[in-house]
Amino acid sequence: MYAIFVLIIISLLVAIGFLIAFIWAVKNNQYEDDYTPSVRILFDNETKESQEEKK
Amino acid sequence: MEQQTFYYDNKIVRMFGGVTILWGVVGVLVGLLIALQLAFPVMNFNLPWLTFGRLRPLHTNAIIFAFVGNGIFTAVYYSMQRLLKTRMFSDLLGRIHFWGWQLIIVAAAITLPLGYTQGKEYAELSWPIDIAVTLVWVVFGVNMLGTVARRRVQHIYVAIWFYISTFITIAVLWIVNNLSIPFGWFESYSVYAGVQDALVQWWYGHNAVAFFLTTPMLGLMYYFLPKAANRPVYSYKLSIIHFWALIFLYIWAGPHHLLYQALPAWAQSMGVVFSVMLLMPSWGGMVNGLLTLRGAWDRVRDSAVLKFYVVGVTAYGMSTFEGPMLSLKSVNAISHFTDWTIAHVHIGAMGWNGFMIFGMIYWLWPRLFNTKLKSEGLANTHFWIGTLGMILYAVPLYWAAITQVLMWNEFTAEGLLAYPNFMETVTQILPMYYLRALGGLLYLIGFLIFVYNMIATARSGKLVAEEEASAPALTPMPSKRQPGETPHRWVERRWVAFSIWAFVAIIIGTLIEIVPGLMVKSNVPTIKSVMPYTPLELAGRDIYVREGCYTCHSQQIRPFRAETERYGEYSKAGEFVYDHPYQWGSRRMGPDLAREGVVGGPIYKSNAWHYKHMLKPQDLVPTSLMPAYPWLISDQIDLEIMPAKIRAMQTLGVPYAEGFDELAVADMAKQGQALADDLKKSNIDVAADREIIAMIAYMQRLGVDITKEKK
Repeated sequence: MYAIFVLIIISLLVAIGFLIAFIWAVKNNQYEDDYTPSVRILFDNETKESQEEKK
Repeated sequence: MEQQTFYYDNKIVRMFGGVTILWGVVGVLVGLLIALQLAFPVMNFNLPWLTFGRLRPLHTNAIIFAFVGNGIFTAVYYSMQRLLKTRMFSDLLGRIHFWGWQLIIVAAAITLPLGYTQGKEYAELSWPIDIAVTLVWVVFGVNMLGTVARRRVQHIYVAIWFYISTFITIAVLWIVNNLSIPFGWFESYSVYAGVQDALVQWWYGHNAVAFFLTTPMLGLMYYFLPKAANRPVYSYKLSIIHFWALIFLYIWAGPHHLLYQALPAWAQSMGVVFSVMLLMPSWGGMVNGLLTLRGAWDRVRDSAVLKFYVVGVTAYGMSTFEGPMLSLKSVNAISHFTDWTIAHVHIGAMGWNGFMIFGMIYWLWPRLFNTKLKSEGLANTHFWIGTLGMILYAVPLYWAAITQVLMWNEFTAEGLLAYPNFMETVTQILPMYYLRALGGLLYLIGFLIFVYNMIATARSGKLVAEEEASAPALTPMPSKRQPGETPHRWVERRWVAFSIWAFVAIIIGTLIEIVPGLMVKSNVPTIKSVMPYTPLELAGRDIYVREGCYTCHSQQIRPFRAETERYGEYSKAGEFVYDHPYQWGSRRMGPDLAREGVVGGPIYKSNAWHYKHMLKPQDLVPTSLMPAYPWLISDQIDLEIMPAKIRAMQTLGVPYAEGFDELAVADMAKQGQALADDLKKSNIDVAADREIIAMIAYMQRLGVDITKEKK
């Protein structure tokens, strides 16, 4: 059953990679603000026509 | 802070969007053809490259990698530029990514019908194509991470996290599962055998669902759904929590594809536990998507885009509820090997993947071409026809699954199988197959309406290839070491990039170095009487793989009375140590073949029967759905490649004697002649060097070895 141990090790490595990414994200203050990013994506520069459409 | 003006590259978005539509039609069309083949076997046309076994892999690969794959890239290339307020890292890499991926699809569309396959579900592509996929995937990753590095927005929006996790995990899964020893330009043997191969395959298979069909789609949802509804996602906090939970849990769920099969119980239980836990983060995504529309449901009535999203996200919620349920051992005992699995994946593929991509392109196309959607009415028609098609596809298959499994498991009062003839259990559900094909047809009609609408929309406008945008520059962070900065500080500052690349490099390197070695050593037989295949049987096995027999026949008898009565002794892990690749299958359109060769066993058939059956199955089983394989009788076995096959097997640790590769052809001729002589007794005249001889030899070997131990 080598395969399952190999898979567990690889899976753990991937998980550790994600854990590092998570710790980075928190330390980088990525999650300091957990509201405005969701609103900010709605304010893109849009093409002139589509802006007129909205008016 | 200085305001910078830059341009979004819309051309690459249009390119990926266009091929998404093109390959989507092709994938669904092939799907409809194979659905018709199951209902009407005459649709196999007696042509090798049009048989179900070869086209089914084409359908699955086309939908996953061509339709959904290009759909993902469309979403990534459009949303990343806007979310990060920058152009994609490199126009050139984007073009290499695009053309490379399309060439891979074309190569797949040619090689799969020709029978070049690795014989593992959704990993059928042959090894040179696998390498090409790996290279193009890295190009995609560099382009994506490069864009992240050059962003003008400090915060990395949740959609991008979903995209990044896709890139990293798919890279690892793809490489690990496709490790193989080539013995021809397109042919290779998996480095893993039997149970190990099955484990790796479903670790890959399940995570392909997770990280190719789910995470990038959630990324798509988190950008395009709020944009279409013009309101922020219900809870950004929830999106963060469910993202991290999802990616930590998903990778452990693979073994739930192998419940009650020749796999250690603890590994099965691990798969079950993680699968059940997955319900929470999955529903986090569904709830977040649907609640984003709170207070805006009136707009769903008018907007086709929002309708597609509502049904798409609901389909995601339904299939991620169904998934954990199907992972429970007692449920899986019923559902596995039936059409339930097929219905389940189609709710995911047609509803979640398909509808999310339709919604995205309906919203995207007018913006890319600076125009209005040609016809909102036709979009609504597409939505309703598509939804109806999906329901008509799935419901009959659920019905068929329950019906068939109840018939398989039914015993008479005397303790005999109530339906000993497998064919009865297929004929019973045939009406459901007609309905399923009708459902597929409706889905295709909807798709074609979509194609017309998109072409007409594109024609009514003009592509805004370069879209102007402006944003303040992000505080510059030069990648070079600053004067006075210690190396340690510098590395720390740069460590995200470093760790990502180091991680990818280390993992790929160690895997390629270590895994094959471990696998070879571990292929030690645990059942003494289990011997390697003879060259003739091996050649037959490779034909079995080539024809995609595993798409309809399993080779795995679970330890249930209904199965041991019908097929014989249940399967043991030690029986498969020379099976590169494993061929356990996942659906029984026809009976299980694990004990096909056991003389006196419940499903044993004579050489002459096999010969006639391959030539025309309906001569022996009038209602059979199996295609005919007349070319096995006219085509000669490829003898030139045999020594290379034996050597490849030796490399993998299969104990053929030293120098056996040179004797293999002579050995084949001898065994083949004996078989041809036996057929002659039944008045069948066939040369000993025909593929049918190898195929019969393999059939007669299946499951035999273990019976020798008892004597």
